[in-house]
Amino acid sequence: MRLLIELFNLVAVVSIVALPFLKVRRKGILTLVTICLQVVLASILSVQVLSGNPVDYSYAGSFITGAIPIRVDYLSSWFILIIGFTFLTGAVYGIQYMKKYIDQAANITLHASAYILAFTTLIDICIVQNSLVLLVIWEMMAISSFILIIFEHYKTETLRAGINFLIQSHVCILFLTLAFMWVRIKTGTYDFNDITAFTGSQPSLIGVGLFIFFFIGFAIKAGFVPFHTWLPLAHPAAPAHISGVMSGVIIKIGIFGILRVLLLIKTNFVTIGYLILVISVLTGIYGVMLAIIQHNLKKLLAYHSIENIGIIGIGIGLGCLGVGYSNQILIVLGFSGALLHTLNHSLFKSLLFYSTGNVYQLAHTINIESLGGLIRKMPQTAFLFLIGSLAICGLPPFNGFISEFLIYLGMFKSISSTDFTLTAMMLFSILGLVLIGGLAMICFTKAFSIVFLGTPRQISIDKVEQEKRASTLPLYAIVAVIMAIGIVPIAFLKVISLPVGQFANVISVDTVSQFSEITHTAAMIGVYSAVFIALVGLTIFIRRMITRNRLTSIGNTWGCGYNGSSNKMQYTASSFIRTYRKLASPFLHVDKIKREAKEIFPDSVHQETHPHDKVEKWLIDKPIYAFRQLLSRFTFLQNGNVQAYILYGFIFITLVILIPEIIEKVKFLINFLNQI
Amino acid sequence: MVSLILILVASLFFTGIVIRTKSLASGRKGPGIFQPMKDIFRLLKKGSVYSSTTSIIFQIAPSFYIASVLMAILIVPLGDYPGVISFQGDFILFAYLLAFGKFFMIISALDTGSSFEGMGASRESLFSMLVEPAFFILMGSFALLTGHTSFHSIFSTLHYGSNISYLLGLLATFVFIMIAMIENSRMPVDDPKTHLELTMIHEVMVLDNSGFDLGLILHTTNLKFAMYGAIISNFFIGDLSLMYTIPIFFAVQIGFAIVAGLLESFMARFRMSHNPQFIFILTSVSLLIFFGVLLLLERFV
Repeated sequence: MRLLIELFNLVAVVSIVALPFLKVRRKGILTLVTICLQVVLASILSVQVLSGNPVDYSYAGSFITGAIPIRVDYLSSWFILIIGFTFLTGAVYGIQYMKKYIDQAANITLHASAYILAFTTLIDICIVQNSLVLLVIWEMMAISSFILIIFEHYKTETLRAGINFLIQSHVCILFLTLAFMWVRIKTGTYDFNDITAFTGSQPSLIGVGLFIFFFIGFAIKAGFVPFHTWLPLAHPAAPAHISGVMSGVIIKIGIFGILRVLLLIKTNFVTIGYLILVISVLTGIYGVMLAIIQHNLKKLLAYHSIENIGIIGIGIGLGCLGVGYSNQILIVLGFSGALLHTLNHSLFKSLLFYSTGNVYQLAHTINIESLGGLIRKMPQTAFLFLIGSLAICGLPPFNGFISEFLIYLGMFKSISSTDFTLTAMMLFSILGLVLIGGLAMICFTKAFSIVFLGTPRQISIDKVEQEKRASTLPLYAIVAVIMAIGIVPIAFLKVISLPVGQFANVISVDTVSQFSEITHTAAMIGVYSAVFIALVGLTIFIRRMITRNRLTSIGNTWGCGYNGSSNKMQYTASSFIRTYRKLASPFLHVDKIKREAKEIFPDSVHQETHPHDKVEKWLIDKPIYAFRQLLSRFTFLQNGNVQAYILYGFIFITLVILIPEIIEKVKFLINFLNQI
Repeated sequence: MVSLILILVASLFFTGIVIRTKSLASGRKGPGIFQPMKDIFRLLKKGSVYSSTTSIIFQIAPSFYIASVLMAILIVPLGDYPGVISFQGDFILFAYLLAFGKFFMIISALDTGSSFEGMGASRESLFSMLVEPAFFILMGSFALLTGHTSFHSIFSTLHYGSNISYLLGLLATFVFIMIAMIENSRMPVDDPKTHLELTMIHEVMVLDNSGFDLGLILHTTNLKFAMYGAIISNFFIGDLSLMYTIPIFFAVQIGFAIVAGLLESFMARFRMSHNPQFIFILTSVSLLIFFGVLLLLERFV
């Protein structure tokens, strides 16, 4: 096992060293081979652990770090498997995607090594349990993601998004550092296990405080509202496979962090549960509300990541409440839902991002409003995007439904608790999750049909290139897993039951009463999903048989008596969501530029909408603006005059010497006055 | 299984009764109650016209729609007899299956590239989103009241013990009738008779469908109506034997159809822009039911 982990890191190092010496075409292949090798190694490790052999050993470390414990438990293994799969599909898809940039050899080298580094560090974060080492790896992960994002660094927008990401990553690291320092000062070691020892010996309030520090740190990475503002900027800026990987797994490392801390910390889980639940419901609703009004396809998907992080958070919150109220069934349903949705989201979100990448490469834009009718030119991408849309809306028979179902079931089961607060909270979260589901449907009906259906809006469909096989092949692999989860969820729940058992504090979840009932229910849903697919197939077949010999003709779309057809008469994305936008206008901030029709022979009519993020505006932009205003009052100090700077130095030194003196004198004076 | 057969039977004459009621209310004799079914059969035999802008989505969506509703009907129980599909939390599957069908109808409407159909799709997606909280809170209230989480076990343990629970049942019936009217785009949310594309919802979404597909869509509406009627009838059935449940089932279905007909005869359609407010009322009524249940169980702090 130890050999596996060392080999895993060694492969990465060797490959990164070798990358610069290869030809451009070989670089991609080497990256793919490296990732494949690493995924195989990591999977062997995970499977070993999941079959009941947890890894627990430690390196001696240096006098600074102390011993470096390596512990791989069920939770780590689950995340290692998720990360591995998405990085693998990302690498396969990425090779095809990067062919367009083949002339940028140096840039691609950097990109490939950052990709390998990001993967390696993500896996290492899952297994290292020394806080100082973890922070170093975390920083490496942040920087490699930064490099991945700014691949097209010659675009100002990209660079700006990248720097935004870099800053927010460091705010995240700051909070983590504070939390780890707190533990380190109190216990004297960097070992994670001391978090348990420390919080166990303190009143629960300390534990909650410590958890809040950890939570903010990890929430920035995961993208909980109001710490989400980097996400909608970074995702559209990065190349498609990076967006897929980022949204699929890099933000999930934040979820992993939260879960890890929850396993370690000993405190009042009821408070934590309510806290996470409220933040998650708000995150989910806010994310999807903003997603609907986006017209940049990647930005829309980025906001959906926020929404899905909210759903995962709702699961975690439910699980924590289960721990707090020692309600076994809630623990099982909450954490299983959260863990399964983590996998599910990594699948359909990477699928959606990769297919968006295809759209971008072939149609050269991802502005929804200018696309349309792409299903004719890229039927496979359209099909894949449709599967992703249905899955992300949580519709049966796809995977999203299973995890949302588990979370729903947890809420409906605990709504009849005797605790009024819990009942009210469950009602609140049911409402939240229902709204999220309904809004997601508006969003994806819009995204799918405006992009792929109808007739082209601004971009001529003839200019769109044909899709290539290589750009859809890895996507079918993802679809296969999506369908597998939808039809045989029980196989995945069996694996999930192991990490869930860690939270429920039992060795095997089978001992939890009613768990077999849940797995039974999940198995039934899988069967019914299959039945549903069969039923759909049957209706299609019957229709086919009956209408096979019927007369069909092709005509124009019904235009209310008008027979001419113009693409401009189609419904656009903005008009599709107009009723929603009107309804939700108090919560949204949409800038509208409008030129209305005037006089008898009007000029061309024109309307533009630019959605903004209210949280970003009020929580980040405004305070920073105010702070800059304050600082700008002191700009006179920076006058470029060397003499003045020397004077500042002189004043500084004088103050350093004088202030203690003055304090002494004041003290003396007060003493003197007291004595009188 | 019983409920499946009964719903299929009820769907044959449901719309007929609605139309007959409307005719009688307006002083006409009206067509026979099987006339809508005859129309559908005629449509099923016809060929189709497809718009040149449409893709495969447009052709498969009606089949997906009816399959999803049929699948949802499998879940609906009848009193003591569970549906073909019954497990804890089955009503979540029920709601999401209906959403699946709606998803396809919405994208098929947008597939035609018609601005009218876009309008209908936009409204349908928003309104059905607004209905869902009411349904889920209602089911949550009954889960709280009975301590169960499946359609069958909720309905079979829903004994009306005290007076307030009668009121709850009545309110729930109101909510379900309204949900059925909204889901099927009928009065007072939508008026399928107006023949003005700008003010319609569901009818305008299927403007371009013809022949077999249109027949499927029309019958799916019948099925949906009968399905909601079956759910409503469950509030009144309890754990009686089949001898009583079947007559009660049909009585409720016919009563529901007459109520729908009367509603459409004597009520004006709401202004389209006021529909969201109206639909929100359902959510608040179901919240009222929730608090009623809390009172009943003395769970308030």
